[in-house]
Amino acid sequence: MEFVSPEGFRLDGRRPMEMRQIRAEIGAVANADGSVVFEMGNTKVIAAVYVQNRSQQINDQALVRCEYSMANFSTGDHMRKPKGDRQSTEISLVIRQTMEACIMTNLMPRSQIDIFVQVLQADGGTRSVCINAATLALADAGIPMCDLVTSCSAGYLNSTPLLYLNYVEDSAGGPDFTVGILPKLDKVTLLQTDAKLPIDMFENVMQLAIEGCKAVANYIREVLQENTKQLECRRGT
Amino acid sequence: MLQSKSFVRKTKQGKVIKVVREHYLRDDIYCGAPFCNICDSKSARLSSSASTILIFDTNVVLNQIDLLENPAIDDVVILSVVLEEVKNKNLSVYNRIRALCSNSTRKFFVFSNEYHRDTYVKAMVGESPNDRNDRAIRVAAQWYKNHLGDATRVLLITNDRENKRKATEEGISAETVESFVKSLGQPGLLDLLVQPRSEDVGMEEVEDLRPSKRKILYTEHKPMSEITAGLHCGIFHQGKLRVNRYNPFEAYVGSESIGDEIIIYGRVNMNRAFDGDIVAVELLPQDQWHEEKSLSIADEEDEEEEDVHLVPSSADDAPRVPNPAQGSAGGANTVSSRPSGRIVGIIKRNWHSYCGSLEPMPMPAGTGGVAYALFVSKDRRFPKIRIQTRQLGNLLDKRIIVAVDSWDRLSRYPSGHYVRTIGVIGDRETESEVVLIENDIDSRPFTSQVLSCLPPLPWSVSSEDLANPMRQDLRHIRVFSVDPPGCKDIDDALHCTALPNGNFEVGVHIADVTNFVHPGTPLDDEATQRGTSVYLVERRIDMLPKPLTEDICSLRADVERLAFSVVWEMTPEAEIISTRFTKSMIKSCAALSYVEAQARMDDSRLMDPLTTDLRNMNALAKVMRQRRIDRGALTLASAEVKFQIDTETHDPLDIGMYQIREANQMVEEFMLAANISVAAKILEHFPPCSLLRRHPSPTKEMLEPLLRTAAAVGLHLDVSTSKALADSLDCAVGDDPYFNKLIRILATRCMTQAVYFCSGDLSPQEFYHYGLSAPLYTHFTSPIRRYADVVVHRLLAASLGIYKLPAIFQDRPQLTSIADNLNYRHRNAQMASRASVEVHTLIYFRKRPTDTEARIVKIRSNGFIVFVPKYGIEGPVYLTARGDKGGGGEWLVDEQQQKVKKSDGSISYGVLQTVRIHMEVVEPQPNRPKLQLTLM
Repeated sequence: MEFVSPEGFRLDGRRPMEMRQIRAEIGAVANADGSVVFEMGNTKVIAAVYVQNRSQQINDQALVRCEYSMANFSTGDHMRKPKGDRQSTEISLVIRQTMEACIMTNLMPRSQIDIFVQVLQADGGTRSVCINAATLALADAGIPMCDLVTSCSAGYLNSTPLLYLNYVEDSAGGPDFTVGILPKLDKVTLLQTDAKLPIDMFENVMQLAIEGCKAVANYIREVLQENTKQLECRRGT
Repeated sequence: MLQSKSFVRKTKQGKVIKVVREHYLRDDIYCGAPFCNICDSKSARLSSSASTILIFDTNVVLNQIDLLENPAIDDVVILSVVLEEVKNKNLSVYNRIRALCSNSTRKFFVFSNEYHRDTYVKAMVGESPNDRNDRAIRVAAQWYKNHLGDATRVLLITNDRENKRKATEEGISAETVESFVKSLGQPGLLDLLVQPRSEDVGMEEVEDLRPSKRKILYTEHKPMSEITAGLHCGIFHQGKLRVNRYNPFEAYVGSESIGDEIIIYGRVNMNRAFDGDIVAVELLPQDQWHEEKSLSIADEEDEEEEDVHLVPSSADDAPRVPNPAQGSAGGANTVSSRPSGRIVGIIKRNWHSYCGSLEPMPMPAGTGGVAYALFVSKDRRFPKIRIQTRQLGNLLDKRIIVAVDSWDRLSRYPSGHYVRTIGVIGDRETESEVVLIENDIDSRPFTSQVLSCLPPLPWSVSSEDLANPMRQDLRHIRVFSVDPPGCKDIDDALHCTALPNGNFEVGVHIADVTNFVHPGTPLDDEATQRGTSVYLVERRIDMLPKPLTEDICSLRADVERLAFSVVWEMTPEAEIISTRFTKSMIKSCAALSYVEAQARMDDSRLMDPLTTDLRNMNALAKVMRQRRIDRGALTLASAEVKFQIDTETHDPLDIGMYQIREANQMVEEFMLAANISVAAKILEHFPPCSLLRRHPSPTKEMLEPLLRTAAAVGLHLDVSTSKALADSLDCAVGDDPYFNKLIRILATRCMTQAVYFCSGDLSPQEFYHYGLSAPLYTHFTSPIRRYADVVVHRLLAASLGIYKLPAIFQDRPQLTSIADNLNYRHRNAQMASRASVEVHTLIYFRKRPTDTEARIVKIRSNGFIVFVPKYGIEGPVYLTARGDKGGGGEWLVDEQQQKVKKSDGSISYGVLQTVRIHMEVVEPQPNRPKLQLTLM
């Protein structure tokens, strides 16, 4: 199938190196410590963060927990999604490990951080959106982090590296890489794929994904700054 | 530029679920006119002085693609909405229009109107997709009009009356194709036009009969919804229609749902389906399942009959014979166990253009006017096609190409339109061209992009090659090549050195084509497409450009050449002790022909080192061959013929059977060994993506005709395994020396052909090569003329760590499609070679009526099929005069004995019997020569 037309357009009208539309709304859940609804294209995720004290737990650092789930209405088939199946357990783990890499857990001893992520609408690249949402929710909750982890995916179809595949492109079965980075520290915290790709092409795809992550990071930073300004305004200082 | 400009959601209705996709609109799509001062003109494709820009609607592109391909049409903007619709409706037209758009000599520009901010159109409530697309086309035309201003006329070409009316209302100039072509003032173009169907345009004088008088000949095709429902509940069966090459009134649909082939008899049951169409079939009630009507050679309805043709070389080419054994064995009350059916609908058409000529007809009184003529395809599987032409007098003695447009229920024949003329019928060049076109062979010269990939000439081994540590210098070794006389594309050479320990070092050196053909270059793409070189009697169509084929890659004598070598150490008993693969550099000391090599080996006085090498190799080859045969490899025979061609006129001077010598077998043996070694090596390194070659075991049904013939002459063949078959073929010795060969030829045509495949697609048991009785096989030894070998070279080089594996091997579907294309090209090349021989046979016998000996190979009710060993051809001999069906009773066919007897028992002919025949070229109709065989 033709995923990139000879004119250089993808099925949804993007060029190979273009991102999908990103939107974030901070404070979607009022009783959470931090929350966000994060959208990249038609993929939409809600994330909520709760922090509580748990003295009986490990003493010198915070405990991070994560629960990932998909809403029954998130895909077209409206099927009841099983809770705690292998895939969601795996994604929960991936998000938890990625977040642990940037949360400064030693600053919050004897506390437990619960991250809840739910996919409201799935249209490819849910992993990346979940990680970005979790980052924003954590930032909203005011949890100390060494950097804002951001994530983006990139694939390789029709001999072209493509940034952030949507569902149709994703189901073509080509290689798809989910990359998570710490943009300021320039470190990779996540790299996942289930396909093979020769190393020289991989480098291009990886580079593209990293560019994508940085673009997401810029956007997230803007959103946070905007949010902070509003908070400042409300406080009236 | 990571953000899209604005954002609109497009909703597509699936079956049940609603799917929502993003659709980004943008403002960086340019109009493609170089004189536009708003847009970026870097990617502009239209001519700089275009006064009129054409925009076609979908139906025009779909129907009039032949017209668009004519260079008279230029400065065209193809809208992406049109492309999308064309792609969904007809992929072959889509590929053609895409080729036009990427052709740099044509001025076709693709405007992505669907992604443009100003030309995107959202479907209105209640608007059908068709209307929406028509509106999108008009909006785009309007945009062009406003964008380019008054200096340029934007002309919308549409045959849809509604669309044209609306366009004119909106101020866009619009015309129908007919009036547009007429305005160009080139009458020749008018023939290219597809005749509008009577629904489209209100002309009813298409045929002289009034519609009410016209008889409905065919039943209506069922609507798609009914077909889908029928397929679902098992009333209908889906499959690809294959028309019998030797009897166009009989076709087969291989149906998976009933696991058998459904036979379709007659044009009415075929219901306007063409060969290759995907059809829906309904089974007829069992009492209507026909008895074998195909036992007679000629046909009822039409004046067509079986032609003289070359001997088929495998089951794929052979005429399909239903096996009456099943029917007759069951007793008198069974009708036939073969299901027959009728076609109720066509799921997918396989219409393309066809080569042939017009049926001879008297010239109409008024010349120059429009005349209707019947076109007869050269390939008999296709029905006659009715066309309309203004140049009848010109076309009558020409080979022409015609495309099919439609076939309605009222007309016996489909209607089509003229595409182009090839040349005069019977002319050698024309007929060769026809052979090429019919087999879809690209014989155009290589483009400049392809030629620019060649290394500069004159080429010689460079110091870089010498310094390359991966390349072994084997120039000191006595390497030689053995090929057919006059061979210029020498892709294999050999060496054989006696080692001090009594063993032999044997090397097979193959031209290092991949050193020059790099993946992803235009040269490589072209070679992928061509797939193989094609050998016709008088010319060769190369897969790679001539400098590579005949010079740089060709392992000629006394020049240094790059090679890819397989070197074995073998014991004198031809046991392989070690195998080594390496890129190398060689200098061949002799390019021998088979005859020369044979003569050297036979001449006991010659004791020079080269001859000794040859003899050693031959001894080894004999051992290897014997071992292979013991393992169960089949020695099959084919009746290959060789022409002697006049160097001046290129007409054939003499024909005779191709003689196979020991030297041929010697070279073949080492090539087989090299291929097998390479197959094992690449599969070991790349289990999921190796290109291998397999030969499926023939099924019982396929061997049935062979067994029946053998049984009739009292011969028992064991076909349980290839080994058993090989042994029983060895035992089949009759009184005359040719008997064994004849049986082998008959066996060969029962086999299917070997095919290329991607190793990831099949399980290892299926890799088996039946004919060679080898578990693994591939093609490595002819990279100059076969693309499969190029692929295998790359795999082997990658397994040795010389190159990286090209990206394409990561993409299994693509590798599979390459393998499929190679099979297709390979088969077409073979068909073309055979057809070329047939053309030359006809030319040869035109001046030389000949009497010769022939063998009966098949019995029919009104005659038999004979095989002429001397010329390798096969054809019908009639016992009863044609048309004399009623009196056919005097000849009786004995199925069991495979005999045809005169009713009074005075004369009888049995299968494999020798008869004397007379061969002569006759012209029953002007310009239609054919070879006729008559009994003496």
